[in-house]
Amino acid sequence: MAERILSVKALTKRFGGFVALDCVDLQLDEGERLGLIGPNGSGKTTMINCISGALLCDQGTIIFKGADITRLAAHRRTRRGIVRSFQIPRPFRTMTILQNLMVPMEYAVAPGARGGDLETEARDILDVVGFRGRANDNSGRLTQVDMRKLELARALAAKPRLLISDEAMAGLSSSEVDEILDILFKLNGRGVAVIMIEHIMRAVFRFSERVVVLDAGRKIAEGTPAQIVKDPLVERAYLGV
Amino acid sequence: MRLGGFWGLMAAALLAGLAFAALTNNEYYFFAAYAILQALIMAIAWNILGGFTGYVNFGSAGFFAVGAYSTVALHKFLPSIGIDAPLFVHVLAGAVVCGLIGLGTGYLTLRLRGVYFAIATLALAIVGQTFMNNWGYVGAAKGTSILTPDPPQLFWGYVSFSSYVKYLFVVMLLLSLMAIVISRYIATSRFGRGLAAIRDDELAAECMGVPTLRLKLISATVMGALMGVAGAPYPFMVTFVDPQSAFSLVIAVNSIAMPMIGGTAYWYGPVVGALLLGTAQEVLSVTISSELNVFLVGVVLVGCVILAPRGLVGLVNDMRAKAKRHG
Repeated sequence: MAERILSVKALTKRFGGFVALDCVDLQLDEGERLGLIGPNGSGKTTMINCISGALLCDQGTIIFKGADITRLAAHRRTRRGIVRSFQIPRPFRTMTILQNLMVPMEYAVAPGARGGDLETEARDILDVVGFRGRANDNSGRLTQVDMRKLELARALAAKPRLLISDEAMAGLSSSEVDEILDILFKLNGRGVAVIMIEHIMRAVFRFSERVVVLDAGRKIAEGTPAQIVKDPLVERAYLGV
Repeated sequence: MRLGGFWGLMAAALLAGLAFAALTNNEYYFFAAYAILQALIMAIAWNILGGFTGYVNFGSAGFFAVGAYSTVALHKFLPSIGIDAPLFVHVLAGAVVCGLIGLGTGYLTLRLRGVYFAIATLALAIVGQTFMNNWGYVGAAKGTSILTPDPPQLFWGYVSFSSYVKYLFVVMLLLSLMAIVISRYIATSRFGRGLAAIRDDELAAECMGVPTLRLKLISATVMGALMGVAGAPYPFMVTFVDPQSAFSLVIAVNSIAMPMIGGTAYWYGPVVGALLLGTAQEVLSVTISSELNVFLVGVVLVGCVILAPRGLVGLVNDMRAKAKRHG
């Protein structure tokens, strides 16, 4: 059996009086593909903000690779291998595509490494996401799908053990969704665990081995895609019947 | 820019400055050149936090003034215990004091962003001015006078200066070149790329492994130290320091306007901005009126923001890139 990589226990996050996450548990094994779904406002993004360290949770613990990281700063979590992409792409706009990748390589992976070696590695990653020959393009002027790819490429450059992909496919066409899925599968093939947050059910169900459903800050269901589709609670959360 | 080209240019600037000092005797030129170099160091200092890191700071005059006042205080205190400190001790003291204040105020304010940060820095500058207005030891609101020392003999008398102003000019030239080297080093280093990531998107930078708070604090410390370096020799130059002139808004505005006009994303942006604007100001002060130079800053700044939002360096780079694309 694969080793447990992430274990979230009783995670709670409030914004003033609003409870965004209410005692949520989540487990993930090494190399697993997990889908995290739920209606808008159900707490998915808050959840990954807490796991990645962009927000500190109010209660609960987060264990990553056996170590408690609940109070750790986000950049330290990244160095340990938890890397996220953002729902709305946030490239470093004044930099080229290559320079965007150099930031996590220099800071998250190899402080003090030589520029030349890193550049070769960055170019390999650009090949994986299909950016061959575009290393020097200005990242501020990319199309939507390219920005999503850059988001993923930059996350890959940080050498994740766990990648959290926050709606990397929202608003993309069907063939573009397949492109992004391909990238995620390739990455997972290298042993990286992936949490995918997505509204595009076709993608989630094709990708995930296991799906967790959040609604109004609580976990309402968990299981294989086939089980989730039939779950009455999930149906009610989505359709309101 | 090639490495050799950069160091060659620096050496040329140094030699030109020394030749100027050796061949000219009209003190006015040294006053003018000193003012330009002082603005240059401040522009570079401001740009490290404001340009590279993206935190627009209105408190620069405060750091400059604290640098000047650290000299005033030390110059009064050290002789009273029988020590006659050379200028570089004052410069070093200014750098340390202002660097520490940069670190401390950075710790207080760098959690704020955008407009809120700008307002906080402005408020801190006012706090500093109020403090100096009430500190009797350094003259409080009525200011304090400093006698210009005799020009020093350096290297066992082999190097001497005909006036102290000339000596200050040479010191300022060396400090300016040092500031340029620091700024260029930062811009082209891993540290500089981390700062650029913070400027572009702080949250994304943090999530990509950049220790954003630490980098911002280092950036604020370097900014403060360089501001202190610019301010420390100031009392010897003007021989009279009071809070009103040391905390002057004109100084603050200049140190923001020069990098903006030159181009904040580049290490040579503030250099270009300070040399052009500083020289124009000095020329205008003499030929037309000293009030006009403030007006000039305003007009040029507005013009630049509209026509060249990334500064003159950015404009030239864009034009070159365009020319390249079109053959």
